[in-house]
Amino acid sequence: MNKIILSLLLGLLPIVSHAEQGLKLDHVRIDLSDQASLQRGARIFVNYCLSCHNAAYLRYNRMGHDLGISNQLVKQDLLFATNKIGDRMRAAMPAADAKKWFGVAPPDLTLEARYRGPDWIYTYMHSFYRDPKSFSGWNNTVFPHVAMPFVLYGWQGEQRAVFRNVKLVSHVMENGKAVTEVTEERVFSHFVLAKPGTMTPKQYDLAIRDLTNFMVYMGEPAKLERIRIGVYVLIFLAVFLVLAILLKKEYWKDVH
Amino acid sequence: MQKIIAWIDDRFPLTKVWNEHLAQYYAPKNFNFWYYFGSLALLVLVNQIVTGIFLTMNYKPDAALAFGSVQYIMYDVSWGWLIRYMHSVGASMFFIIIYLHMFRGLIYGSHKQPRELIWIFGTLIFVALMAEAFMGYLLPWGNMSYWGAQVIISLFTAIPVIGNGLAQWVRGDYVVSDATLNRFFAFHVIALPLVLVALVFVHLVALHKVGSNNPDGVEIKKKKDEKGIPLDGIPFHPYYTVKDIVGVTVFLMVFAAVIFFAPTLGGKFLEHDNFIPANILSTPLDIVPLWYFTPFYSMLRASTTDFTHGMLAIFTMLVAMLAFFTQRGFRAKFLSVAIAGVLLLGMYTLEAKLWGVILMGSSIVLIFFLPWLDRSPVKSIRYRGPLFKGAVIIFVLSFILLGYLGTKSPAAVDLFWFKNVLWAQGFTLLYLAFFVLMPWYTMIDKTKPVPERVTLK
Repeated sequence: MNKIILSLLLGLLPIVSHAEQGLKLDHVRIDLSDQASLQRGARIFVNYCLSCHNAAYLRYNRMGHDLGISNQLVKQDLLFATNKIGDRMRAAMPAADAKKWFGVAPPDLTLEARYRGPDWIYTYMHSFYRDPKSFSGWNNTVFPHVAMPFVLYGWQGEQRAVFRNVKLVSHVMENGKAVTEVTEERVFSHFVLAKPGTMTPKQYDLAIRDLTNFMVYMGEPAKLERIRIGVYVLIFLAVFLVLAILLKKEYWKDVH
Repeated sequence: MQKIIAWIDDRFPLTKVWNEHLAQYYAPKNFNFWYYFGSLALLVLVNQIVTGIFLTMNYKPDAALAFGSVQYIMYDVSWGWLIRYMHSVGASMFFIIIYLHMFRGLIYGSHKQPRELIWIFGTLIFVALMAEAFMGYLLPWGNMSYWGAQVIISLFTAIPVIGNGLAQWVRGDYVVSDATLNRFFAFHVIALPLVLVALVFVHLVALHKVGSNNPDGVEIKKKKDEKGIPLDGIPFHPYYTVKDIVGVTVFLMVFAAVIFFAPTLGGKFLEHDNFIPANILSTPLDIVPLWYFTPFYSMLRASTTDFTHGMLAIFTMLVAMLAFFTQRGFRAKFLSVAIAGVLLLGMYTLEAKLWGVILMGSSIVLIFFLPWLDRSPVKSIRYRGPLFKGAVIIFVLSFILLGYLGTKSPAAVDLFWFKNVLWAQGFTLLYLAFFVLMPWYTMIDKTKPVPERVTLK
C-alpha cells in the first residue's frame, strides 16, 4: 500500500527535467513548386548521394519528367550509373562492396524524407563534425556514430563540436524509497567552423535546402499531382452535393 | 423492358427482392444524422474490396518483394498512389464509420429486443474487421507492420501451457516471416473478406426481418394503416436512397480531402516507421498500432501486477458484493461469490500479461452481451434517465482517452498528475464498469414515457 501511495506522490512531482534530451531539429521550408530548387537538389543528389545510396523506387525519366528536365539533359548531366533512361536510380557503388567498406550497406534513400522527415535530413546534413575517434573521422550529432563519412565537407568546411557538462536530476525508486539522483552528462552545445569550405554558411544552407526539397519530392513524386487533382475532386463533389440536397428536398416534400 | 423483367421474374425473384428490400421496405421517417453510417459502411466495404483487387494485381506477397511491390504501386503503376491511398485511408474511415454506427445502436437501443441478432452479427462484423485490418497492416512489410504483428502475435504466448506453440502455429515460424506474410495475405484477400460479406448479408437479412429502429426507439410496425403499411414508415427507395446520396457525398468530401491533401494524416493513417522495410534487427522506438486499435492496446498495457492485485481485484470484489446483496435466491448469491472467487484467484496467481489479454478480450466479448445487460424498459436515450446518459458519456470519454493513451508511452505523463499507465488503468475499469454495472443502473434509472408515434424535430 505504501508503494501505491508513494508512486502516486511521485506522479505528482514535476516531470523530471531532462537536460536537452533529444536534439532540436532546424526547420526547413519545403516548396515542391520551386522547380529550380528541385533541379539543383537533383543535381546534388545524383552527383553525391547516388554514388553510394540507392534511390531505387524512382526512375530517371520519371524524375526528368516531373522536374521539367528533358531526356536529353538527363542523359547528358545525370546519367552516370547506367545508360538507360528508364532505369531505376541505383548507386554506382555495389552494395556488397559498400558493406565491406563501411560496415553497413548505405540505405535506400527514396523514402528517407517520408521516414525521417525533411527537418531531420536538413539538420543531419548540418551536423557532421570532426571526430578522430570514429571510424571515418566524422561523427554526427543527429545520428551519433553514423557510418557515413561527411561527403560535402568541401562545401561546408570542417566543424568542431563543443560539448558542455550538465547536471541531470532524476527521481528514482530505490528499495521502495524515492531517491533524487544527480548525474553529470556531456551534452552537445554548439559547432565551431574550424576550417571554412568553398561555400559560405548561407550558400551551404541553400544547397542543403535544395537537396532536402528534392528528397521530399522523391519520397512522393505524385504529391503535387494529387493536390492538384484533389482541388477538382472537391469542387466537383461540392457541386454534386448541392444537386443531391435539392433532389432530397424535392423527394421529401411529402413526408410530414 | 416490362417483358424482360417479366422474363426474369419467372426465373428469379427480381421484383420481389427489389420491393421487399427497397421500394416496399418501410423505414421510419425520423432517421437523423446517425443513420447515415450504415450505408456508408457498405460503401467503404465496396471501396476496400475494389481497391484491394487492383492492389493485388501488383502486390507481391513475398518477404523479399512485398515492400518494393508496394513502392512499385506508388511510383510506377498508373494511379497506383490513388488506389493505395484509397485503400489505406479507407481502412481508417471504415473504423470511424463502424465506431459511429455502433455508438448509434447503443444510444438508440438498437441492440434491444427484437434486434439482438442484428447486434450480434454486427459485433461479429466488428471482430472480423479487426482481424482483417490487423492482417492487412502486415502486407506492406514496413518495419512498423512487422513489429506490430510481432507484438500482437506474441500475445498468444501469455496463454499458459499452449501459448508458445500456439504463437508459433499462427506465425508458421519462430518469428514473423515470409510464411506469416503469405498466410496473412491469404486471410486478408480471400478468407476474411468472404466472412465479412457473408456477415454483412445476414446482418441486413436480420435487419429487414424486424425492421429498422429509429431515434425514438418506437416500433413503427405497431401502428399500421388499412393497407398494412406502417404509419410512420416511408419506402426506403426512393426516400432514403436520395437522402443517403447526400450523406455519401459529404462523406466522399471528407474522404477525398484526406486522400488528396493528407493521406498519412501526419503519421496517424500511415506511420512514418512504415516507410522503411521490415527489419528484424531494428525495433522501432515505440511500437504503436494504428489509431483504431489503440483503445484496446491501452487496456492490454494497463495490466500490470499492481493493477491486477490492486484496482482490478477491488473492482471485482465490489461488483461481487453488489451482485450478492441485490440478487435474490441462494443460487445467484452463490454464483456471484464463486465467480468473483475464481477471478480473484486468477488475478493473484496468473501473470499480469495474461490478464491484459483477458481484459482486452473481455472488452470486446462484453459488447456481444449488451442486449442482455441492458435492462431498461425503453430503447432510446431520448427517454432514458440521467444514469444511462451519464454512463454513456463516461464510456465514450474512456474509450477516446484510452485510444489517446494507447499512442503514448505508459511511463510518461501526458494528461496531468499521473502517469499514462495509471490513467489507462482507471479508464479500463470505467470501460468495463459501463458493461458490468449496466444491469443495475439501467434498472433503477428513471425513464420518461415513450410516445406512441415517432417524433420529427
